[in-house]
Amino acid sequence: MGNPVVVDFEANVAKALVNQQLRKNLKSAMGALSQRRKAVFSNQEEFEQLRSIGSAIRKRSLSKLPELLERLEKKCTENGIQVHWAETTAEANQIVLDIIKRHEASLVVKGKSMVSEEMHLNHFLEDNGIEALETDLGEYIIQLDHETPSHIIVPAIHKNKDQVAHLFHDKIPDTPYTEVIEELNAIARKTLRKKFFAGEIGVSGVNFAVAETGTLCLVENEGNGRMCTTVPPVHIAVMGLEKVVENLRDVPPLLRLLPGSATGQIITTYFNMITSPRKAGEKDGPKEVHLVILDNGRSKMLADPELRETLQCIRCGACLNHCPVYTRLGGHAYGYVYPGPIGSILTPQMEGLDKAGVMASASSLCGACEEVCPVKIPITKILRILRDESYAAGDSPHAVKGHGYKKNLAETLAWKGWAVMNTVPLLNALSMKMLGMLGSNLPNVGPLKQWTSVRTAPKFAKKSLHTLAKERGLRNE
Amino acid sequence: MSNGARERIFANLHAAIRQGGFAVPETTAVPGLDLSREERVARLKRLMEAIHAEVYLVNANTWVDKLKEVLRKRHLNNLLYAPGTPIGDALEPAWESDLPPLTVYEGDIEQFKEKLFDIDASITSTRGGIAESGALILWPDVKEPRLVSLVPSIHIAVLEADKIYNTFAEAIEKERWQDGMPTNGLLISGPSKTADIELTLTFGVHGPKELIVFILDA
Repeated sequence: MGNPVVVDFEANVAKALVNQQLRKNLKSAMGALSQRRKAVFSNQEEFEQLRSIGSAIRKRSLSKLPELLERLEKKCTENGIQVHWAETTAEANQIVLDIIKRHEASLVVKGKSMVSEEMHLNHFLEDNGIEALETDLGEYIIQLDHETPSHIIVPAIHKNKDQVAHLFHDKIPDTPYTEVIEELNAIARKTLRKKFFAGEIGVSGVNFAVAETGTLCLVENEGNGRMCTTVPPVHIAVMGLEKVVENLRDVPPLLRLLPGSATGQIITTYFNMITSPRKAGEKDGPKEVHLVILDNGRSKMLADPELRETLQCIRCGACLNHCPVYTRLGGHAYGYVYPGPIGSILTPQMEGLDKAGVMASASSLCGACEEVCPVKIPITKILRILRDESYAAGDSPHAVKGHGYKKNLAETLAWKGWAVMNTVPLLNALSMKMLGMLGSNLPNVGPLKQWTSVRTAPKFAKKSLHTLAKERGLRNE
Repeated sequence: MSNGARERIFANLHAAIRQGGFAVPETTAVPGLDLSREERVARLKRLMEAIHAEVYLVNANTWVDKLKEVLRKRHLNNLLYAPGTPIGDALEPAWESDLPPLTVYEGDIEQFKEKLFDIDASITSTRGGIAESGALILWPDVKEPRLVSLVPSIHIAVLEADKIYNTFAEAIEKERWQDGMPTNGLLISGPSKTADIELTLTFGVHGPKELIVFILDA
């Protein structure tokens, strides 16, 4: 379903890097998003204070996750929202399908939700004869082209207006060709209004779920989220179980951090807080509201004190915008739903290192992602742990699924050799000398040839640092 | 749906909590604002105008005249309003034949849907405003349903200057929202917008194309 079993990341990288159009689109977009973020958080001191608070709120939520989820379930149920639990994406899909079938519905209108992407819900519903229509403009564009999002926040960022113009002209009946962005918007508005009108079921994600009041919070600019959660008679919200926060007062700081980090906005156009289905006397709103809470490996991630910090994420996408790897590849190359730095730490834990471990290698560990993360996730630390785990055989209690997949004799021996070389002083001095003499003349074959095909080979210094220090009379300690 | 999933998820969660090592750092107070009434009004107006809302600061006794002026500049077929509310009471006696006819949300959405999607403009009250982020607080209710502020192409919102809080946090705290949330609460900061094509900002993609705010001052 959706994801191929094995993602050929290296082939994807090679393909993405030579796609000049993609690189151009990404470069200007990511640059603009970074600049806007910087402008809205221009007071660095205040930003640091705010993100310390954001990080603490998320850490506190995770520290009492089972308790908060129980409170959320209780409050939602009291308010009339029906709560469902899914351990796997297959279970979550089935729950959604059962609700749709019970209402004999055939048209679902969807607001943007990364969890629904994680579930591959659209494909699943299509396979079951149900039309699931994305209504966020970016999501609508990529759905028309049978693509998946390439970015968490701006899903069609890999496309330019000419590409959208062709797509609308080809795929939407009676649509004249236009490259004017306002006109493209108007086409989407006209087409989708009919769908909001006719939609029988609305599906949305959840940005924050408040345990204290049983309130589901949704952040958006377009109004399609409000349409999906208000016009159809049934609303189904899907969320990852880490999205819960304890109190309403935890929401305002997160609401400052999320749009600011994502798109450089002080606030989004709409902040939509849903606490119950339509009450007696009220004229609109869905008569049924369902909340599907998905685990999909999250409860296991919570066990490890270091890896659990992955669950602090509020899905702002700032780490993507600032990542030198993401900004050159775009999201599709990663091969999984969540791309960029957050995807590189989340996906291997969800899917297993043996399947998605290569994503942890898609980083130079430059740390730009950590500097902008609004909840201070130590992304590079987690990347290093996952890289370690890729070689770790044997069962530790916190072992990541699919660990040790990279373990092999040649590398094990090479690193053992390296360790000896660097702990025996004589061997170390000898090897440094040899490298200084021969290093720059290594035969250009095998891994070195591959490595230098797109890079310049480093030049070894004639004298090692060790030797230079000695010449300056520094003592050897 | 009782499929054992809930039990298994909670078993995992409790096992994870038993692993310990949850360090929750102490934090300072959230950086806030402490503005005068005048500054709050000015900031909200400035921020909302910056994202294409049309904002009028008007006298509470004469605001309907300004509304008429604004409406006369546009050629609208109707204005959706809520009778039996302070706004409804202000509009009804003052309405004139050259203005878009006042229209009522008749019946439930099931009956009114077709007409609703054909309405040009709507007017609603607000519960308050937020100076820090430049947003309106709306708590739709029986008289002013949720879709009134969403489906028509123009949304007109009436805000009392006295009800503008410094921050969202202050609104929640002073009004004790935790004691009872409405079916649907909203913050609205401008007209519907998107930047999904080449990050180019355009307005009116799904919700209102225009947001017009009347801030009623004494």
